[in-house]
Amino acid sequence: MTWASHLPIIVVLIPLLTAYITPMLGWMDKRICNPLVIVSTSFAFIASLLLARSVLTRGVISYHMGGFAPPFGIALVVDYFGAYMCIVISFLTLMAAIYSREYIAKELHESKTAPYYTLLMLMTGGMMGASVTGDLFNMFVFFEILSISSYALVAITGKKVAILASYKYLLLGAIGTSFTLVGIAYLYILTGTLNMADLSVRLASLYGVGRSSWTLLVALAFFMVGYSIKAALFPLHTWLPDAHSMAPSSISAVLSGILIKVGALALIRVLFNIFQPEFVVETIPVTSMISWMAAVAIIVGSLFAISQVDLKRMLAYSSVAHIGFIILGVGLATGYGTTGGILHIFNHAMAKGCLFLCAGAIIYKTGLRNIDDLAGLGNKMPFTMAAFTIAALSMIGIPPTAGFISKFYLGLGALETGTWSGWVFIGAILLGSLLTAIFYMRVINNIYFKEPLHREDVQRDETPLGMLIPILILAGGCVIFGIFPRIPLSLAEPAAKLLLGI
Amino acid sequence: MEIYSIRPILAVVIPFICALLIAVTGEKNRDLREFWTLAASVLGCMVVISMFPHIYSGGKYIFTVAQIVPGVELGFRVDAFGMFFAFLSSFLWIVTSVYSIGYMRALKEHAQTRYYFCFAACIASAVGIALAGNLLTLFVFYEILTMSAFPLVMHEETSAALDAGKKYLAYTLSGGALVLFGMAMTYTLTGTLTFASHGFLAGHGSEQLLKMLFVIFILGFGVKAAIIPLHSWLPSAMVAPTPVSALLHAVAVVNAGIFGIVRVVTNVYGIELVADLGLLLPLAIVASITIIFGSIFALAQDNLKRMLAYSTVSQLSYIILGAALLSPSSLSGGVAHIAHQGFMKITLFFCAGAILVQTGKKNLSEMHGIGHRMPLTMIGFTIGALGMIGAPPICGFISKWYLGLGALEAGHPIFTAVLMASTLLNTAYFIPPIYNAFFKEPEGDLIESREASWWLLGPILLCALISLIFGMVPMIPYTPLQLARTFLGV
Repeated sequence: MTWASHLPIIVVLIPLLTAYITPMLGWMDKRICNPLVIVSTSFAFIASLLLARSVLTRGVISYHMGGFAPPFGIALVVDYFGAYMCIVISFLTLMAAIYSREYIAKELHESKTAPYYTLLMLMTGGMMGASVTGDLFNMFVFFEILSISSYALVAITGKKVAILASYKYLLLGAIGTSFTLVGIAYLYILTGTLNMADLSVRLASLYGVGRSSWTLLVALAFFMVGYSIKAALFPLHTWLPDAHSMAPSSISAVLSGILIKVGALALIRVLFNIFQPEFVVETIPVTSMISWMAAVAIIVGSLFAISQVDLKRMLAYSSVAHIGFIILGVGLATGYGTTGGILHIFNHAMAKGCLFLCAGAIIYKTGLRNIDDLAGLGNKMPFTMAAFTIAALSMIGIPPTAGFISKFYLGLGALETGTWSGWVFIGAILLGSLLTAIFYMRVINNIYFKEPLHREDVQRDETPLGMLIPILILAGGCVIFGIFPRIPLSLAEPAAKLLLGI
Repeated sequence: MEIYSIRPILAVVIPFICALLIAVTGEKNRDLREFWTLAASVLGCMVVISMFPHIYSGGKYIFTVAQIVPGVELGFRVDAFGMFFAFLSSFLWIVTSVYSIGYMRALKEHAQTRYYFCFAACIASAVGIALAGNLLTLFVFYEILTMSAFPLVMHEETSAALDAGKKYLAYTLSGGALVLFGMAMTYTLTGTLTFASHGFLAGHGSEQLLKMLFVIFILGFGVKAAIIPLHSWLPSAMVAPTPVSALLHAVAVVNAGIFGIVRVVTNVYGIELVADLGLLLPLAIVASITIIFGSIFALAQDNLKRMLAYSTVSQLSYIILGAALLSPSSLSGGVAHIAHQGFMKITLFFCAGAILVQTGKKNLSEMHGIGHRMPLTMIGFTIGALGMIGAPPICGFISKWYLGLGALEAGHPIFTAVLMASTLLNTAYFIPPIYNAFFKEPEGDLIESREASWWLLGPILLCALISLIFGMVPMIPYTPLQLARTFLGV
């Protein structure tokens, strides 16, 4: 066995081990934390790319911890989707880590530097683990790791509102995890196994068999509710706007950009890996139910976002809408639709990551959070605002940005269902993007076309380079992957096909 | 014969690069910034011209950038019709650039860098629309055009301008959403979006579905084409600086909508299918209503630019009418009118801008006697206005003649009557300003005013002259009429 065959565990271990080293080194010298995190996240990113390459060449990788074969040993299973998620997670975390160096120095007290990076790495490790695991219980454990570290990160500024937001998040998050734990227990009672591949084989024989099928359905319901809370699917989103707007902006970027998508990943795993696509699509139409929920999420999330005055809160509500786009794609359970949903995980991560980092840069430079106060920033911070505009256009789905590609795929997926509900869904997608245009264009209007309150504010005062670079990379990604969508699609498309079994 | 060549992408990328250079240069070096605009416009136009001979002899240029969905690429495929619109946009960009420099500097406008940046981006997307090889590529540039024209509408940053900008976005983005829906539907039905000479939708989907899809496309593109009742963003958008109203809101943006409709009719549905579905008569009726009501609204305007905007609304539907009547003459007349209307309307807008710069007057009632003080400008205005009415020997007559002929060929003489009624209405709103300009004495501060600088006057006279040439010798090669006939193969 070469080292390359250990890649599945490497991508999880790099951030987790860094999380243990960081406090030790940080205790000696706080300035080491940031370079350490950047280096290790870069390694995790490279490892994820290598992992994706080997998945693309060799197919799904099943890695047995310590050489014990499942169902007795612990298995890591990396399919196209898992590898894809690893890339997205490590990429956005890397951007947030680069951004953090200057941002955290101002935003957080010095004593919190080491805990901040430790928690960030712990959270990343949890997300990576949840993406590659092949075991339902391990999924639960990784979810606990990432959830608990994210509760702490939301509250890390120590402001009262942040602590309150974190507490709200913690309460709902705890309900979510306990629901999934109950679901796991039910499935274990039924089958005696927790390995996903094994579960799917054993459950197949139980579909529609008297009493046990009720147990099965209850388990499914628990999973749906539990992971919907994690993914912030409407109407279980109520924790998100507070948590995402009160966290430091670098953390908001990670939370909105990828953490809620890991919830979506868990939903996908439950629906398509544990239960069979035929079961959740046809026998019990769970997918159509979540599609309807997602369509409502798109509209309601956007409407809430329109009524916000705080920039970060608006971005948070926009995430509620866009998780709706992703879940809608999953629920459509058609080739184009699911591809679009999976693709939107990446596209939304770039755009929303960029937007939150820009919002952080605005707060860093001016302390402003209110949308109406942003007048004149177009002259003050031209590069940051240009990146903001590009990312906002990607959220609206204006070509040639990446958001357009996912919107188009989702639209194709909705029509592919060939039913009248497909027409409703494409209507929701298009209406959702028009509503998105309303609140993002309002910000852009303020930035570029409104008279600033104080003339002296419009002196050129650009974001420091360390923070600007990740912002520009993400904005550039929104354009590049909009013109060359085949690059992410080379993973997203086989991922969707494998999940749906087509 | 199809040639794989980078020329189409060059024609699109040159203005985009120009936009970036403008942004980089900024306000610090205004002459260099304006140089980029002029250089790129000339260069872009030369690239387009270099494609002329091959296209004219019936060939095509193709270029592919990247695949978007299976079977559909971001790619270009240049035929005579696309070539025609690309040339119109890129040539008029040169003229308008010269005019812009004179206009913006004379009025000491603010945010000029943003203005030139967005202008270049608009032209790039207009050329992109023209050269697009499939519906998806067309849509991509259509949306870029929407977004890059929006800052120009809002340029003044007054509350009226901000409202106009919002209205513009609400209309055009909704239209874009409909086009996207239609496009997704088309792809689901056929698995392709590439334009074909005789359409590719025939034999797919039920008749009901195809009819509904057609309505969706017309509504979607109709917003930019300013079909009544989807037109009301256009008069509001007249708060933009005059060069924007001239090139974008009389030529590039609105014709992008027209272009989309013609592409859908000819290259997506195919003429035969549209005729079989019985969709032409309703379309012709909608166009006729727009022609008549646009002119009636124009009658009621005192603001010169708003009057011209309503005239644009009315004139654009000539083109739609030509496409809907679907006889060889009406089609070539309609397609030629894209260019004819462009040259004449741009002349009129340039005149309005020159008057604004020299006298600060926007309303017709304040312009009495202006012909005595700005004779050359008003001669240009007269040529443009007479062309709009359809008087020979100006090119408007040629298109109207072919359209009228086409209506008779198609067996619907009623539409010839519509054209005649429109002519009367056009006369009713264009002749009084001309009369007042030349036959009344200037009063008030008009007495002191004089002719504008050559930066403004040159473009006016050039466009007026071209309108005359196209009207007097329409049979020489490369005139709009000849290109239209090449495209249509008649």
